[in-house]
Amino acid sequence: MEHYSMNLTLKVWKQKNAKAKGSFETFEVNDISSEMSFLEMFDVLNEKLIHEGKDAIAFDHDCREGICGTCSMYINGRPHGPWHGTTTCQLHMRAFKDGDTIVVEPWRAKAFPVIKDLIVDRTSFDKIIQAGGYISVNTGSAVDGNAMPVEKDNADKAFAAAACIGCGACVAACKNSSALLFVAAKVAHLALVPQGAPERKTRVMNMINVMDKEGFGSCTFTTACEAVCPKEISVTNISRLNQEYFLAGLTGDK
Amino acid sequence: MPNSKIPAGPLEQKWTDYKGHCKLVNPANKRKLEIIIVGTGLAGASAAASLGELGYKVKAFCFQDSPRRAHSIAAQGGINAAKNYQNDGDSVFRLFYDTIKGGDYRSREANVHRLAEVSASIIDQCVAQGVPFAREYGGLLNNRSFGGTQVKRTFYAAGQTGQQLLIGAYQALERQVALGNVSMYTRHEMLDVVVVDGKARGIICRNLVTGELERYFGHAVLLCSGGYGNVFYLSTNAMGSNVTAAWKAHKRGAYFANPCFTQIHPTCIPVTGDHQSKLTLMSESLRNDGRIWVPKKQNDTRKANDIPEEERDYYLERRYPAFGNLVPRDVASRAAKERCDAGYGVGTTKQAVYLDFKYNLINKYGRVEAGKLGIENPDIETLVRLGKEVVKEEYGNLFDMYEKITGENPYEVPMRIYPAVHYTMGGLWVDYELMTSVPGLYCLGEANFSDHGANRLGASALMQGLADGYFVIPYTMGNYLADEIATKPIPTNHEAFEAAEKGVHARINTLMNIKGAQSVESFHKRLGKIMWEKCGMARNEKGLQEAIKEIQALKIEFWKDVKIPGSIHEMNPELDKANRVADFIELGELMCLDALQRNESCGGHFREESQTEDGEALRHDDQFMYVSAWEHAGESNWNLQKEVLEYELIKPSQRNYK
Ligand SMILES: Cc1cc2nc3c(=O)[nH]c(=O)nc-3n(C[C@H](O)[C@H](O)[C@H](O)COP(=O)(O)OP(=O)(O)OC[C@H]3O[C@@H](n4cnc5c(N)ncnc54)[C@H](O)[C@@H]3O)c2cc1C
Ligand code: SF4
Ligand code: FES
Repeated sequence: MEHYSMNLTLKVWKQKNAKAKGSFETFEVNDISSEMSFLEMFDVLNEKLIHEGKDAIAFDHDCREGICGTCSMYINGRPHGPWHGTTTCQLHMRAFKDGDTIVVEPWRAKAFPVIKDLIVDRTSFDKIIQAGGYISVNTGSAVDGNAMPVEKDNADKAFAAAACIGCGACVAACKNSSALLFVAAKVAHLALVPQGAPERKTRVMNMINVMDKEGFGSCTFTTACEAVCPKEISVTNISRLNQEYFLAGLTGDK
Repeated sequence: MPNSKIPAGPLEQKWTDYKGHCKLVNPANKRKLEIIIVGTGLAGASAAASLGELGYKVKAFCFQDSPRRAHSIAAQGGINAAKNYQNDGDSVFRLFYDTIKGGDYRSREANVHRLAEVSASIIDQCVAQGVPFAREYGGLLNNRSFGGTQVKRTFYAAGQTGQQLLIGAYQALERQVALGNVSMYTRHEMLDVVVVDGKARGIICRNLVTGELERYFGHAVLLCSGGYGNVFYLSTNAMGSNVTAAWKAHKRGAYFANPCFTQIHPTCIPVTGDHQSKLTLMSESLRNDGRIWVPKKQNDTRKANDIPEEERDYYLERRYPAFGNLVPRDVASRAAKERCDAGYGVGTTKQAVYLDFKYNLINKYGRVEAGKLGIENPDIETLVRLGKEVVKEEYGNLFDMYEKITGENPYEVPMRIYPAVHYTMGGLWVDYELMTSVPGLYCLGEANFSDHGANRLGASALMQGLADGYFVIPYTMGNYLADEIATKPIPTNHEAFEAAEKGVHARINTLMNIKGAQSVESFHKRLGKIMWEKCGMARNEKGLQEAIKEIQALKIEFWKDVKIPGSIHEMNPELDKANRVADFIELGELMCLDALQRNESCGGHFREESQTEDGEALRHDDQFMYVSAWEHAGESNWNLQKEVLEYELIKPSQRNYK
């Protein structure tokens, strides 16, 4: 792999706090190596800003290996940037070339208010989970792990759905700011394992109610979410959610 | 000597007896008792959920925006349990024995035995929560093997086991939030423990969104704040992982145990340059299927695939025929360093060795798949293609991660890997009940020192974190709180809270007013460099003494010249980082001091002065069969307390993986 170095222009959203009005500011960064990650490029920029006596740019990040779901930059009009199936922190600078201008914004959605610069508040996702994204089993009351075999195909599908990292890119990409892919991933995960069966009906109803209450829009199935999801969560999970919802409505005695 | 409160009686009976006799709190009284939990990774989330279920009033804190983001999420390879589903001779005793031996005989028998005993229940609990572990075609749970053992006892979910376990614990926690038993405070950083009349009674936090300091009361305080590997700057830990919570507790009287016991993981993606902010692990489970080698010729510049089989040195298989590529981590790391230091390293920096999947892709998986499909005499190409499918299912996410970072396809060319800081066996000293030396202050998970001795075996940290949170603390907590039912909540305007908050406020003010010239990051990098070079994979007396001096000088420079942008009463990640780095600097000094006094090699701690003829770690049981528990006694000043380790069941011997 050939390595190269580049100079870049960055247009970054700056916003002092939730109440302030934000705007784009332009920054130049030089000698960026193609081996760096996108966030390491931001580290370089922040070091430079600190030395110049300016405020650093606030952005969310933690694991830097694509699994915690913290990083959340909207890069050149696409959540997490140009690479398919990749989080912001896994994006590497070899995706760019010398002289490029890169525009970076926070997630934009009513249910994800900006806290500062590129950082948004995603606690609405936790609230959706609180509404039913679990199996009610207290510690100590479980039966043997092999007491209930799970068909491998279902186990694999459940795992694929459970791989969601709760980043919110699906919401950021959706013109309606719908959180349905996130909700569907959880509903599908728990519907596909036998342990989740007893709560199937209430789970989907309650999670969708809270999703609406938190200010996420409704799904018009544009599948923009799937296209940007860094974990490639499939929209077939949304079909499964619809089935679950239908079933619950049909048989649920509310 | 600190009292470890190990129950009397035969080893196999201790935990059962303890549970049968510990004090209990009745349900009505539980509702009156408040518990603070700092950290909601595997240890903290499992504890918060379980204690909430019992009816205690729990307040839980984390610095991320959600408990689901704790560093536990990044664990890849798997979790051990003595289920013996494979019928390959596993048992509680064997898991106990492997862990004690793996830890090079520097852990407590009673704790480790308990860990092995509860391990099976963890798997049951997680399955009940819906954790999608890997399964066989028959629908039953699958296992893989990890280093330092000869059985298959590791449960996994591709290379995302930590994620799936944490999501399970997180969901259990959020369920308790919904039920009103747990209050969750995200984006909060604990900056001090409040001690009233000798007992831990609360914490001071910085609200990371507003910058304000806040006070919280609890009848007991649990620290579940993770490991301190980031003291080395570069490690496989998440960027936010830090020692601050544990360090504040240490300064309030909690002993810090075995701080120098650090795990350097053999298989990580090598450093590429100065811009590097973190290192990425390639799970140990890959050593099930990958073979490690370097060229037989020094400074060989050929591409890996151009080097013929007979010119490759599979040095682990050569040196350790019994365990081969699956020797414990400390052994594998040192062996890689030895080869690179001797001039056999590969890649541009020559600080790397190969981890090669070709052989097993073809021979282990390819042939089996071909057999299943009834393909006779398959050619190599077919075997590779079939093998790839299986490998993808096992570790697909890791291979993708590797390719994103390096731009190379590990299905085609061997991975380049090198050891990196990964885990800290040391941590706050705790007794059998997981209580620190401050009454009412507990420590769980990676933040404590308890179970792994001088070296942790793979897939045992997840097991320990969940054992502590799901199955140990619900019992030991009651034993303490039973005597606290008459204690009324202490109002947070109590003088101890006032004083603690004042101290935190003063420190933050001081930091912000230094207005120096060097960034926090630059100090952290310098600290990391000292630690890696002088308190890393190999240590010696001279280097450690130098390191202590250098760190003391760095500390003075930091407090004179650090530059933090922004202000106090707002979100300010640079200020948060400064708080953490200041604590890392102090910890670094203690780690070197600990490494200096332990003039033996054991597990991950390798003192060059103490090795066998063929370069293996040489213990000195006659002098060092103890846990070093350091008591803070003022600036750059510590008292060493020794907890002598006594082995009832196992006879310590020189470890041998040959
Ligand atoms: C890349 C990687 C892969 C791994 N793979 C495996 C594996 O396959 N198997 C295995 O057994 N182990 C593995 N480990 C080790 C294992 O993941 C960790 O040891 C374990 O998850 C630690 O869990 P914990 O709950 O103790 O801490 P963490 O998960 O680190 O959680 C710490 C918590 O404390 C909070 N916190 C910290 N400080 C403060 C503060 N001051 N105020 C408020 N909150 C605070 C954080 O917000 C977080 O919630 C791996 C580790 C790494 C780095
Ligand atoms: S579904 Fe995909 S995009 Fe949406 S939160 Fe989950 S991982 Fe992120
Ligand atoms: S920082 Fe964790 S997913 Fe990007």
